[in-house]
Amino acid sequence: MVAYVIRRLLLAVLTVWAISVLSFIIIHLPPGDYVTSYIASMSASGSAVSEGEATALREQLGLDKPITIQYAKWMGLMLQGNFGMAMEWGRPVSDVIGDRLSLTMVISVAAIIFTWALALPIGIYSAVYRYSFLDYLFTFVGFIGLAIPGFLLALIVMYIGFAYFGANVGGLFSPDFAEAPWSVAKVWDLTKHLPIPAVVLGVSGTAQLIRIMRSNLLDELRKPYVMTARARGLPEYRVVMRYPVRVALNPFISTIGYLLPYVVSGSIIVSLVLSLPTVGPLLLKALIAQDMFLAGTIVLLLGVMTVIGTFISDLLLMWVDPRIRLGRQ
Amino acid sequence: MQNDTKPLLSVRNLKTSFFQDEGTTKAVDGASFDVFPGKTLGIVGESGCGKSVTAQSILRIVDQPGRIVEGEIVLTRADGTETDLVKLKADGREIRSIRGGDIGLIFQEPMTSFSPVHTVGAQIIEAVMLHNAVSRKEARRRGIEALRSVGIPKPERRIDEYSFELSGGLRQRAMIAVALSCDPRLLIADEPTTALDVTTQAQILDLLRKIQQERGMAIMLITHNLGVVAEMADDVVVMYLGRVVEEGKVDDIFHDAKHPYTKALLQSIPSIDSTPRVKLPTISGSIPHPFNRPTGCPFHPRCVSFMPGRCDTEEPPLLSVGEGRTVSCFLYQ
Amino acid sequence: MAELDAAPETRSLAEQRIAVATQWQLMWWRFRKHRLAAGGTLVLIAFYLVALFADFFAYTDPQESDAQRSLMAPQSINWIDDGRFAPYVYALKGTRDPVTFKRVYVLDTARKIPVVFFGRGEPYTLLGIIPMDRHLFTVEGAKAGESLFLMGTDMQGRDLWSRLMYATRTSMTIGLVSVALSLVLGVVLGGISGYFGGLIDTVIQRIIEILRSIPTIPLWMGLAAAVPNDWDVVQIYFAITIIISLIGWTELARVVRGRFISLKEEDFVMAAELVGCSKSRIIFRHMVPSFISHIIAATTLAIPAIIISETSLSFLGLGLRPPAISWGVLLQDAQNIQALVISPWLLIPSIAVIVAVLAFNFMGDGIRDAADPYL
Repeated sequence: MVAYVIRRLLLAVLTVWAISVLSFIIIHLPPGDYVTSYIASMSASGSAVSEGEATALREQLGLDKPITIQYAKWMGLMLQGNFGMAMEWGRPVSDVIGDRLSLTMVISVAAIIFTWALALPIGIYSAVYRYSFLDYLFTFVGFIGLAIPGFLLALIVMYIGFAYFGANVGGLFSPDFAEAPWSVAKVWDLTKHLPIPAVVLGVSGTAQLIRIMRSNLLDELRKPYVMTARARGLPEYRVVMRYPVRVALNPFISTIGYLLPYVVSGSIIVSLVLSLPTVGPLLLKALIAQDMFLAGTIVLLLGVMTVIGTFISDLLLMWVDPRIRLGRQ
Repeated sequence: MQNDTKPLLSVRNLKTSFFQDEGTTKAVDGASFDVFPGKTLGIVGESGCGKSVTAQSILRIVDQPGRIVEGEIVLTRADGTETDLVKLKADGREIRSIRGGDIGLIFQEPMTSFSPVHTVGAQIIEAVMLHNAVSRKEARRRGIEALRSVGIPKPERRIDEYSFELSGGLRQRAMIAVALSCDPRLLIADEPTTALDVTTQAQILDLLRKIQQERGMAIMLITHNLGVVAEMADDVVVMYLGRVVEEGKVDDIFHDAKHPYTKALLQSIPSIDSTPRVKLPTISGSIPHPFNRPTGCPFHPRCVSFMPGRCDTEEPPLLSVGEGRTVSCFLYQ
Repeated sequence: MAELDAAPETRSLAEQRIAVATQWQLMWWRFRKHRLAAGGTLVLIAFYLVALFADFFAYTDPQESDAQRSLMAPQSINWIDDGRFAPYVYALKGTRDPVTFKRVYVLDTARKIPVVFFGRGEPYTLLGIIPMDRHLFTVEGAKAGESLFLMGTDMQGRDLWSRLMYATRTSMTIGLVSVALSLVLGVVLGGISGYFGGLIDTVIQRIIEILRSIPTIPLWMGLAAAVPNDWDVVQIYFAITIIISLIGWTELARVVRGRFISLKEEDFVMAAELVGCSKSRIIFRHMVPSFISHIIAATTLAIPAIIISETSLSFLGLGLRPPAISWGVLLQDAQNIQALVISPWLLIPSIAVIVAVLAFNFMGDGIRDAADPYL
């Protein structure tokens, strides 16, 4: 068991490192750097930036050193918790990101809870009552859920809300609470606004999980231990819930590891459509402006949060599956 | 068969079929036999002859799309009353109390018969509490006793282990313990030794015999291994393609087999006494596909004594050819 | 000892006509039974026909813009004219509403413009070789600026139906090219990983795990944002294709690796080795045929994700950009909710996306069910 935990921990650390390298590379892929786009936007508004000013700016931002040095400096700062300055805003990155990262995680977790709460019972029902009318119905609806990309669903929801209810269903807070400091009332406001983003984000994940649960459970239902349980005299409902469902739960739990990055990913685009104050819209702006510190930090932090979430799900899996706990070969 | 004691379980003309899109399979097509208290009935036959489905039909745990189509399965309860198991509601309280309570079942593959994520103890305790109104502590005590009675060392520790932590032989014993935990009067053993090596096989058979003597339990032993039958059974039923083709006392069957199939089976057992370097006799042909049942007697395509015009047109009835002996063959009509 | 194997040949055996169906025949029969899959396949064939012959299905230049015709609603075709089957549309007059200053279109019932099937219109080359000028339907004899607008127009006055036809071509083909790249990557890396095992396997496995636990969209966005704005349409197209396939190969690699690992242990592989077959012969002639159907299924199921990613990226403005046309590019116009409420027809391309993804999923499911004998 300890070996398992250490292995997953090492993997998590490795993943974080890989993400940092990847995000750093991505930020530096576009030709030119922040200063180039700064010059471009300055000249678009009419003012010019001289050669000397450009060089000075580069030096100031440390953009003239070789890439590896820049990466090392950046990682060094990161680990100290200093995320640098968002060049365009002129404020520290942590200020600019502010609540957004935690809000991203909040809606992602909400989406996952929604997904689970729906996928588990529907998956079990579909497997036990295979080929029934409801099974076909769920399968069909599930397919549609899979087919609609998150942002499209968000668009449709916004459209319906606007066109038929005259309401703007986007946003995570009512106008009064948007800039207000955190309080119980604000948390309650957030909770009231959570359902729509959570559902929109969760729908396609739900469809996938239903299929996974259904097929895993179908596999387990065919195994001999189910018949043995029946032969011992257990009522049918207990035969199914206590044994094959319990076993099929394991691969189900392990899917959180992949569900989390998927949902966090989806939240980026969905937040753009629904105007949620999360990391998504910010990332897009940063990428377009080639604001290295901001974009790189966002990608890195997103990745780190996701890896932490995955690690937690690994621990959860270990707690639930005795085969892992006892180090079965 | 003895006709002085009443049979514990009496199966009459059992027919179980599987209804699928591709066709209907008559897995059991008219099987009749009796199991007597304290005695062992061996059910022999090749794979696919319907032995396991018979066992499942008795406990009413036949998988979908299978269904009992016809027949009676009469169980004599502890208080003397008779119940037709076929007529009971499929998931009703009565059949559930019989399962595990009056009739226990052990399977061929002990590894997959246990849930991989529950301890052995959890499964025994659950069975005990289901059939007896006892506390969990008492159930656990009984569970430990059950494990001890099948010869598992240190049962207090083993009860909290998972099935994958036990060795093959111990697992099979544990499975027997689970089946015995509620003191059934009949134990159905479906190929209990097939997955074991010969030494463990012998130990398990000894164990079963010991338990039978201690408790006066009846055993229905399903196997394709004639050696096991010879060692354990008092009475034997030979099945082919879902039908009983011969039954009788074990000595009679082995020394005076009547049905051509039984004779061929016995002749194909390699023996120390047989002439060396002579080809081992086999039964020609192979078991027909379930959708392709032969007309008339199901064995006629492979039978040495095939009588054209008779064997392929009518199904031979079960004929009595002696005390407690029946054969299903036109040779004896 | 009686000879037992001299039993006579029986009629039932002789009467059996033993036919052996090949693996592909069996798969085809099972696939056919799966009605959703069959339906999905038909839909996809229709989509690809449109993609191939987009010029034929469209009736006007998709890039032709005209501010006078901005945001027109879809026109309805009137099928019966004076009791005869002669489809026509009414001409539209665009005026400005004096109160709201918004553009309003009014039916000019005096002018009927006939709609002609297989009529002549703008010339184009079919499949790039055959010069043609016939379209599925056109309006003939219409004045310049008057035309058919089956799905209305967008903000720039461009006909949406024609744009949708061309968008279908782009979106459906990006899917194919991308998945082909993913397939190559996945098969090669997954195969190496699964067949050779050991250290290489562990390394590749870790890489796949890491890639799978990273949120992909930020990565795509980053990569796509890195594509220079001044590249031309074709270059951007290929860049996006490559980017998308770089993320998608992990799933295919997993499937391939799993198959190789389970097949490695099979007896028939050992038998081939013992006979003296070379490694490559074993891999390509023995192992691959037994899982190729699974690969096909996995590939088909990977395409919807690719279509969705391209659509998402283009929707954000990071993928294909105008003047390229794809479903995502078309949906960019739908970003503005206020505009959407006034012109809901801008959302119509989303139906194409949903239907295409559904169809691929159904078909892929059908193939997978047909290929897996244990279901």
